[in-house]
Amino acid sequence: MEFLPDFDVKRPLTIVEAVAMAAMKNTCFLAGGTDLMPNLRRGVGNPKTLVDLSAIAEMTEINETDSGLCIGGGVTLQQLIANPQIQRDFNVVMEAAETIAGTTHRYTATVGGNLCLDTRCQYYNQSEWWRSANDYCLKHKGNICHVAPKGNICRAAFSGDLAPAMLIHEAQVELISTEGRRVVNLDDMYQEDGANSLTLKQGELLASVTLSKLDGYQTAYKKMRVRGGVDFPLAGVAMAVRGSEDNLEDMRIALTGTNSRPIRLEGTDALKGKPLDEAGLKALGKLVFAQVMPMRSTFTPAAYRRKVAINMVRRLALNLLCQAYSKR
Amino acid sequence: MANNSKTILKLTVNGEAREDLVPPNILLIDYLREVVTITGTKSGCDGGECGACTILINGNPTLSCISLAVSQSGKNIETIESLATNGRLSILQQMFHEKLGTQCGFCTPGMIMASEALLRKNDNPTDDEITKALEGNLCRCTGYVKILESVKAVIGDNARVRV
Ligand SMILES: Cc1cc2nc3c(=O)[nH]c(=O)nc-3n(C[C@H](O)[C@H](O)[C@H](O)COP(=O)(O)OP(=O)(O)OC[C@H]3O[C@@H](n4cnc5c(N)ncnc54)[C@H](O)[C@@H]3O)c2cc1C
Ligand code: SF4
Ligand code: FES
Ligand code: FES
Repeated sequence: MEFLPDFDVKRPLTIVEAVAMAAMKNTCFLAGGTDLMPNLRRGVGNPKTLVDLSAIAEMTEINETDSGLCIGGGVTLQQLIANPQIQRDFNVVMEAAETIAGTTHRYTATVGGNLCLDTRCQYYNQSEWWRSANDYCLKHKGNICHVAPKGNICRAAFSGDLAPAMLIHEAQVELISTEGRRVVNLDDMYQEDGANSLTLKQGELLASVTLSKLDGYQTAYKKMRVRGGVDFPLAGVAMAVRGSEDNLEDMRIALTGTNSRPIRLEGTDALKGKPLDEAGLKALGKLVFAQVMPMRSTFTPAAYRRKVAINMVRRLALNLLCQAYSKR
Repeated sequence: MANNSKTILKLTVNGEAREDLVPPNILLIDYLREVVTITGTKSGCDGGECGACTILINGNPTLSCISLAVSQSGKNIETIESLATNGRLSILQQMFHEKLGTQCGFCTPGMIMASEALLRKNDNPTDDEITKALEGNLCRCTGYVKILESVKAVIGDNARVRV
């Protein structure tokens, strides 16, 4: 029999109740539990109270808005994949969701839990026994980082697949706490600190995320991982392009698995209005090289992840431009 | 074990309505094995990695090793024990047996419940659909080919021949 830490569980029926229950310290939200429960079983985190969101009906809706779609934080990945609007207008989001964990996980795993995913590291996602034998680390209970021992910041990798796909669609998140409601760009919900990658306040709930449609773009998601299924991304690329190989009209790229937060690739504007030829692809590769920061947080070497990220971006750009061409 | 107060959990397990006094921090798998005392559901890893503990919650395949019992209030739980009727294996179970989809048997309850969930939604899945449905279920014995053959043996014309 497995002994979990000694916590209490509350099951609110509304968002208002949930945020009131979560306002206290040492409280955290439990959605599908597919990230939180393995962590608790491995002794990472010791909350006194879990606020179980699974009974809150108002968080499980997907509604059309004037310019896109509003997705409740409690929507499951399975529900997301099966949604006709997602399939029609948000291909990159659907492709990303389909790659997350295994089929069995996706029936309970939620959108909110995926966007609020804890960062990952080979020295952190281990049993209590393993971590204690290694003197723990900066992210939890310890004093040094085994990945970058000279640094004083945790470099664990953000490894959620939905965030980059949603960044492509200008995602905005609705955050609710006892202090009120605010709407922020999804991009601003993250910061480059592996031990504290979310800018959420204690007890702040991701109630929904709103995506904007992208007309005339081809979009896709690609990730590299050890196995073809289940595994987290060692690098993941979400992309939207408009135009053709001869004339790249616009391009949006976001990456995951390479930094402590999902990143939007900057500088692609310089490639617009030109053909994406050899020089263009080289310039694109340089942008990726400069902005991704894979560290020794996975068994797979960081240099390889960087190389793969560059190649995935270049290949995906060409594939999407070819698709755009053939659709004309 | 928890000092936190126990609550009454009302749910249905394999068709039987139950009420049990449970602590807040008991995993669903431990509730099933230790409280309901049905031990068909297996634990194969330290949480969420292997699929051995797969059961159905309201018909959906779910990992009982990373689900809390108290979150299942009002739900309908089905485990491997629910499939046989009057001591007769279901056709899916029978095919896992005959086609050697089960060897040491440890992954089998999870494999069968994940396959059962698929077949209820899609009675004629392609190889790819079966593989996808079972992607989170690991087996160290069969090499998976036998498992795929077992599931395929209950679909379409194969099933009609058997029944
Ligand atoms: C074997 C395995 C493989 C996996 N592979 C992948 C993968 O390839 N890609 C991937 O992205 N993920 C993967 N995951 C992680 C996880 O399954 C998914 O990220 C899932 O979407 C998390 O959602 P959840 O509802 O289960 O979150 P939970 O585990 O319930 O919560 C995760 C975190 O988010 C917080 N949280 C949850 N909901 C909210 C909310 N509404 N507002 C504020 N905070 C909230 C929780 O407090 C917790 O800190 C994998 C997990 C396992 C076990
Ligand atoms: S990057 Fe360093 S501090 Fe962060 S989890 Fe890994 S070892 Fe720990
Ligand atoms: S025992 Fe549940 S996934 Fe391994
Ligand atoms: S039959 Fe032994 S693990 Fe699958």
